[in-house]
Amino acid sequence: MARVLGTSIKRREDPALITGRGKYTDDLQAAGMAHAAIVRSPYAHARIRGIDTSAAEALPGVLAVLTARDVAAAGIPGVVPVGWLLPDLKTPAHPMIAADTVRHVGDAVAVVVAEDRYLARDAAERVAVDYEPLDAVADVVAALEDGAPAVHEDAPGNVAFDWEIGDRESVDAAFASAAHTVELDLRNNRLIPHAIEPRAVLASYDSSTGEMTIHMTSQNPHVHRLLMTLASLGMPEHKVRIVAPEVGGGFGSKIHHYADEAIVGLCSMKLDRPVKWTATRTETNLTDAHGRDHSTHCELALDADGRITGLRVDTAAAMGAYLSTFAPAVPTYLYGTLMSGQYDIPAIHCHVTGVFTHTAPVDAYRGAGRPEATYVVERLMHLAGEATGLGPVEVRRRNFVPPDAFPYQTQVALAYDSGNYGPAMDRALEMIGYDDLKTEQASRRGNGGKLIGIGFSSYIEACGLAPSAVVGSLGAQAGQWESADVRVHPTASVTVYTGSSSHGQGHETTFSQIVADKLGIDPEAVEVIHGDTDLVQFGMGTYGSRSAAVGGSAIVKSVEKIIEKGKKIAAHLLEASAEDLEYEDGSFRVAGSPDRALALGDVALQAYLAHNYPDDLEPGLSATSFYDPANFTYPFGTHVCVVEVDTETGSIELLRYAAVDDVGNVINPMIVDGQLHGGLAQGIGQALWENAVYDDSGQLVSGSLMDYAVPKIHNLIPFELDRTTTPCPHNPLGVKGVGEAGAIASPAAVVNAVVDALAPFGISHIDMPLTPEKVWRAVNS
Amino acid sequence: MTVSIQLEVNGKPVQAAVEPRRLLVHFLREDLGLTGANIGCETSLCGACTVLVDGDAVKSCTMLAAQADGASVTTIEGLAQNGDLHPLQEGFWEKHGLQCGYCTPGMILSANYLLAQNPSPSDEEIREGLKGNICRCTGYHNIVEAVKYAAERMS
Repeated sequence: MARVLGTSIKRREDPALITGRGKYTDDLQAAGMAHAAIVRSPYAHARIRGIDTSAAEALPGVLAVLTARDVAAAGIPGVVPVGWLLPDLKTPAHPMIAADTVRHVGDAVAVVVAEDRYLARDAAERVAVDYEPLDAVADVVAALEDGAPAVHEDAPGNVAFDWEIGDRESVDAAFASAAHTVELDLRNNRLIPHAIEPRAVLASYDSSTGEMTIHMTSQNPHVHRLLMTLASLGMPEHKVRIVAPEVGGGFGSKIHHYADEAIVGLCSMKLDRPVKWTATRTETNLTDAHGRDHSTHCELALDADGRITGLRVDTAAAMGAYLSTFAPAVPTYLYGTLMSGQYDIPAIHCHVTGVFTHTAPVDAYRGAGRPEATYVVERLMHLAGEATGLGPVEVRRRNFVPPDAFPYQTQVALAYDSGNYGPAMDRALEMIGYDDLKTEQASRRGNGGKLIGIGFSSYIEACGLAPSAVVGSLGAQAGQWESADVRVHPTASVTVYTGSSSHGQGHETTFSQIVADKLGIDPEAVEVIHGDTDLVQFGMGTYGSRSAAVGGSAIVKSVEKIIEKGKKIAAHLLEASAEDLEYEDGSFRVAGSPDRALALGDVALQAYLAHNYPDDLEPGLSATSFYDPANFTYPFGTHVCVVEVDTETGSIELLRYAAVDDVGNVINPMIVDGQLHGGLAQGIGQALWENAVYDDSGQLVSGSLMDYAVPKIHNLIPFELDRTTTPCPHNPLGVKGVGEAGAIASPAAVVNAVVDALAPFGISHIDMPLTPEKVWRAVNS
Repeated sequence: MTVSIQLEVNGKPVQAAVEPRRLLVHFLREDLGLTGANIGCETSLCGACTVLVDGDAVKSCTMLAAQADGASVTTIEGLAQNGDLHPLQEGFWEKHGLQCGYCTPGMILSANYLLAQNPSPSDEEIREGLKGNICRCTGYHNIVEAVKYAAERMS
């Protein structure tokens, strides 16, 4: 049997996707299907004085127009809940349809259902809403100022929460005795996820059975079912089936439970027929949970040798108009806990204020808190390299947690299980040819013209949020395990039912590799089923780079149980003791007697026949596992970006990007590299181009692809990748997770490179995105 | 009110009566069931809906079905011949040029147009030629490799 783990086998997902046969939600048709269009607030903040639906209802082909009144009349809970609670968190109600007040542009006020997609939009235009516009505040800092318009009456000062981690006094002491200090005020720019498939839902209610099937753009169908039934529609959980068909990217935006999907479910219940809704790009950009949006003051203290003695961080983090599903966790437990980076920092304090604003909600987007933390730490490390005179490489090396210090307990709760940071830095320097670049940089500095900058980012991330008891104690209203049901069929082919829910990551391929490796069979003999609450027992879904580490480990656990049971069956058939049996290359063998062996298929067949079978064993050969990890996993690496900056125009050209990542053992290198490429594009996009801009009245002025600059193919360059391998010590595959690494590391690498290029101008910081105008202004001020 | 149109789609004649305002992409997806062309925006920028109209790469969300009267349209469903994948389809599979796959039909058809104009493009020409199509998953690295693979196979 050829090795299958660690092999770049081609994706089994692709034949359908490259021929147009993959079925995304909007591709689906149902008999009797109607179309919904949602009427949305054009104001960031307004009182609803009245809604006149008569003109819309009068249009032939319009089936229903529903408002908040209909939600109330339906006698359903009708709210969109938050799934992570912090101490003293303000949790103002988030109604599915706004009743008397709208709180961001795009807030739903009514829904129209019609026989045809075009007609639904026509009718939505005819819904007349009488608004009384109110003052709005969109900016996270302005929202905290005295007298700022209140987003919610029950959240004074627009404060959603006030959270801290670490030890303030020891940090104060470190700064009091520091030889060097550096500080920064920075903005982490608000991002719009931009999965190319907009959110969509097809809800099909059948009153004869009381059942509803919902096909939707979901990263976690079971989580959506729970929130949809419990908090929004009030339906029994077992009467709702949620299916995620092909999902066209998510990056976090399809984790969350939104009002729109619940509204469409209600429409289907009211009309007793299938109803489909697909967001336009503008709609999805107005209502998808956004990412980032921090304003931060941060300071680093170092001793005379350049060793870090203290880190102080104070952040205002936008929550938007309502608390999205996991929003409170993102700038707290996924941010403050990452502040030690790759470094041995004896004193850390991080204070975060969660802030309501009249904008779309902010929640997890690729990296979720960890890119923001990495940006803080790695921007400060760049400045520390300059302040100490050690430079960006030596100041990092000097502070790396040494390889013999693992497991390493940080000052911000996390205990790093493993790590070896030096080799990734060494390899990155070698790949990029650092010494030669430094020489070229110096020679250009003397000659005017275009300058070269080299930026580093040595990042750590925490993937596979776990264990459940710990995240529960921190406020999660969900477990963080994953499930796998592995069924060996009588002919020895295998079906895996996983709670992970792929939306582009290629789980069907990689999970088949895991099973094939552990059972010694061909990956083609393994089918992987996901994304359907009626087929899969339960699952937490795909986010936070968790699927291989948690979902993959659950599969391994199930396979181990199957092998144990198979040994008992084989022992019975071979008249041997189960303790003497080994499983290797697809066969059960009696140790020391190579002739006495049975193939997996022989054992599987007997398991289902149960004719000649152990008395104390149940028939069948399948196993279900719910795997709850012992700890997070801790991927790390060093990225180096090289840019050329034209000081005449402020324009930046990417010259090189080298990334050395340690994601533990690798199941499919081709897929792992692809995940890194995508993450890099999003992180570089944040650094250079992407920006969700609200004006002072709360209008999203970069709400379409005409004004929000998603990276295009000619903006980017080939990426140079390599790996070191430090396996995760606590999961059975030794894997760590790779989905977010690129987006976490790259913003700091790019900004550090640009700032490095501009060092002759005494520029220490420019806020992202680094547009030519900002660079030009910095150079000319 | 409807207008009647006659066109060829993936080599087959099609006759239909459509609303004048009906977009070509909705006609293809909803009336003909050819759901390979996807919709990712309404500003003609993402390129997920790209099809070939008389050999030109066209964003079918910004063309009316009525305007396709008399035209020959090729969608991703019509690219494989006699069950054999087109070299571009092979290239995207071979080189991992897709992840979620939503942009892929449009990307492949734009690349098809590019290779028809320039059978052996440089990396830079590939990046220039595909800048009307957005992919959020791949970072484009492997899309360039996929198109190069196809160009070599087709030469």
